[in-house]
Amino acid sequence: MAVLPLVYLVVRSFERGGSVVWDVLARTRTAELALRSLTLAVSVTAACLVLGVLSAWLVARSDLPGRRAFGVLLVLPLAVPSYVAGFTWISVVPDLTGFAGAFVVLTLVSYPYVLLPVAAALRTADPSVEEVARSLGRTRRQVFFAVTVRQIRPAALAGGLLVALYVLSDFGAVSLMRYEAFTLGIYTSYRATFDRTPAAILGLVLVVLAIALTVGERRARGLVAHRGRRQPSAAPLGRARVPALAGTIALVLLTLGVPVVSLAWWLAAGTSTFSVTDVLATTGNTVAVSAFGALLTLLLALPVGILAARHQGRLARGVELAGFAGHALPGITVGLALVFFGIRFAPALYQTVPMLAFAYAVLFLPLAVGAVRTGVAHAPPVLEDVSRSLGHGRWRTGLRVTVPLAAPGVLAGTALVFLTCAKELPATLLLRPTGVDTLATELWTRTEVAAYAAAAPYAAVLLVVAAIPAVALDRFLLQDDSRR
Amino acid sequence: MRRRARIVTLAAALLASTLTACSSADDLIIYSGRNEQLVGALLDQLEDAVGIDVEVRYGGSGEMAAQLLEEGQGTEADVFFSQDAGALGAIGAQGRLAELPADVLGMVPENYQAKDRSWVATSARARVIAYDPRVVEESELPRTIEEVVDPKWKGRVGYAPANGSWQAFVTSVRVLKGEDFAKDWLKKFAANEPKRFDNNISILKAVDEGQLPFGLINHYYWYASAAEKGGEANMKAKLHRVGGGDPLALVNVAGVGIIQGSNQSEAARKAVRFLLSEQAQRHFADQTAEYPANPGVKSSKHQLPPITDLQSPDIDLSKLSSLQETVKLLQEAGLS
Repeated sequence: MAVLPLVYLVVRSFERGGSVVWDVLARTRTAELALRSLTLAVSVTAACLVLGVLSAWLVARSDLPGRRAFGVLLVLPLAVPSYVAGFTWISVVPDLTGFAGAFVVLTLVSYPYVLLPVAAALRTADPSVEEVARSLGRTRRQVFFAVTVRQIRPAALAGGLLVALYVLSDFGAVSLMRYEAFTLGIYTSYRATFDRTPAAILGLVLVVLAIALTVGERRARGLVAHRGRRQPSAAPLGRARVPALAGTIALVLLTLGVPVVSLAWWLAAGTSTFSVTDVLATTGNTVAVSAFGALLTLLLALPVGILAARHQGRLARGVELAGFAGHALPGITVGLALVFFGIRFAPALYQTVPMLAFAYAVLFLPLAVGAVRTGVAHAPPVLEDVSRSLGHGRWRTGLRVTVPLAAPGVLAGTALVFLTCAKELPATLLLRPTGVDTLATELWTRTEVAAYAAAAPYAAVLLVVAAIPAVALDRFLLQDDSRR
Repeated sequence: MRRRARIVTLAAALLASTLTACSSADDLIIYSGRNEQLVGALLDQLEDAVGIDVEVRYGGSGEMAAQLLEEGQGTEADVFFSQDAGALGAIGAQGRLAELPADVLGMVPENYQAKDRSWVATSARARVIAYDPRVVEESELPRTIEEVVDPKWKGRVGYAPANGSWQAFVTSVRVLKGEDFAKDWLKKFAANEPKRFDNNISILKAVDEGQLPFGLINHYYWYASAAEKGGEANMKAKLHRVGGGDPLALVNVAGVGIIQGSNQSEAARKAVRFLLSEQAQRHFADQTAEYPANPGVKSSKHQLPPITDLQSPDIDLSKLSSLQETVKLLQEAGLS
């Protein structure tokens, strides 16, 4: 399934023969754009790793005041579509364009990809290792770098990979910031020359880049830390309390404050109007299709994630890789691939909600696979063996032992997919049932004609919708605390 | 258990919503690359004119052209309503558009329809110069493309490289003045360090906010922006119309075509006729401030010269889809 977009790209790339492919690849422009995209991806990923790990530690391990509220607020930027973030930033800081603009906007919307898995890892990692190091006379800082960083490395790198792939596939922020990235070449092909062949060839290049990044991440990942039996105690921040709090507030203001202030300004300054019933109906649609998309993604991710966590076989690796490759493709490419296959092989499902949910699954599978993989890795196989030896069957063992242990990670992944589905635009436009609008499509329709006041409520509701899984996620992890 | 029950309910609800939203073969299905905010109200009225249920699917014109080509014979679309001639030309060239009847084509000047009768313009937009009168007088502004690349405008001109209207303009320079001229002009344009913008709206915004002396945009963005700001008097930016057959006065069109093999071709023809009717044409002139393609209709709201008076360059609009070469030139000049 994850391979469908690749098959489509190969079909379209080679329909006019290999010489066209070579022509497109040999353009210096292609290499130039690839380099620009890679530079951006690497810079944003580095910044996200720093921001994500710091904020995750503050939320999960420190005695930062109001850390539960921050746990939700810091995740919310994921709900801000990159084109909304880009537009609001430009209206506040008009000079912020080019590389700097794309860097700032993409970092601020995607660092939660690192924060989420790292916070989960910090909450579940075994604190006794750190305590042993402390008792052996290491300072808190030494312990952090020697022990904690090692414990969260797989989670942080997995998050970093998602950031890198997201940056490669992004078109909204880079086009608004006028940073010429790889996706620009793909979109120019569709929008200006109406030619699908160069777009497909460039898509394949993106896939190769994604595979290289994924393989690199796997080499660097290391082993997943052992899950602890109890929660680590909160580390007192001491004198660092005030700067830590100020830094966290500043991050929230930058990530959420800028869009919210801009939205309020649009509402106040513009004269275009909106209808409350339309906003509500659209919200219902968005929640429904995103929930369907998230559930389907989860269902498909479970076997892949379990395979990847338990068996390091070629098949598991291949499937996982294909999924990640799809994640680096812009939504338009994956959307067209499903148009191609959908109308030929499943015409009854074409442009229905299940087909759209399927597109979401192809696009966002890696978000869920990563979470499932990490979650399952936290449930040691030995516990399953015990269960099996007590006479429980494979399924019963899975349900009673593996699922509860892996649940926090899996739920985090599902929430993440839900958020991402809710803001997805290009594939939604191609595959939604005719006449069904989502918050993202309504937002697009209005911003495209500069009706910002009418657009603002849709953006605001999108944030609220995204807050629900973020809150649920946080509560789930807290419940997990009290059970032990 | 309760949770499982809830999931089942949700799935059932989704299935129900899927079925109700599903479009039927008895409806007229319009793929609209034109924005719902601009034409939604009009397409709602179209249902009465056509006599059967109408379903409209909105998207970007370029993306929709790709979608229509991917869908091929299997498409449910009956009509393609496009923001630009290029997207229509692209699917027309693949034989995906049916020939329009003569009475429909007769409603629109000949230079605003496809030579192969596959599509017809419904409204037009002109390239204009949006300028800031606080910084430059209208009399100082360029009257030809040669004057745009005058070194005195170094770093003071805004353009939107990713925008279709900019690329169509460059294509018109190539078609009208030849490849060598276009290449040379683009080189000079690039050397003049023009300011890049994401789209026409951001150019206009920069001019209006006093950050840019002038920019190359389409005329109607000014009217849309004025409407959002509560009136034309609130606009600091003003429009300069070039004319004289210069590429700077290029007129591009939004248009419509009927999909080849549509099983609703009678209703589709009615829909096209409706889009060229007095009612629809007035909508374009008044609501979107575009030039009506039907020269018999005038705007009752905006000061728009008639389409036949635009002194636009004489160009075959279907040639504007030959963008491959344009993009190549733009890439060579470092302007794409």
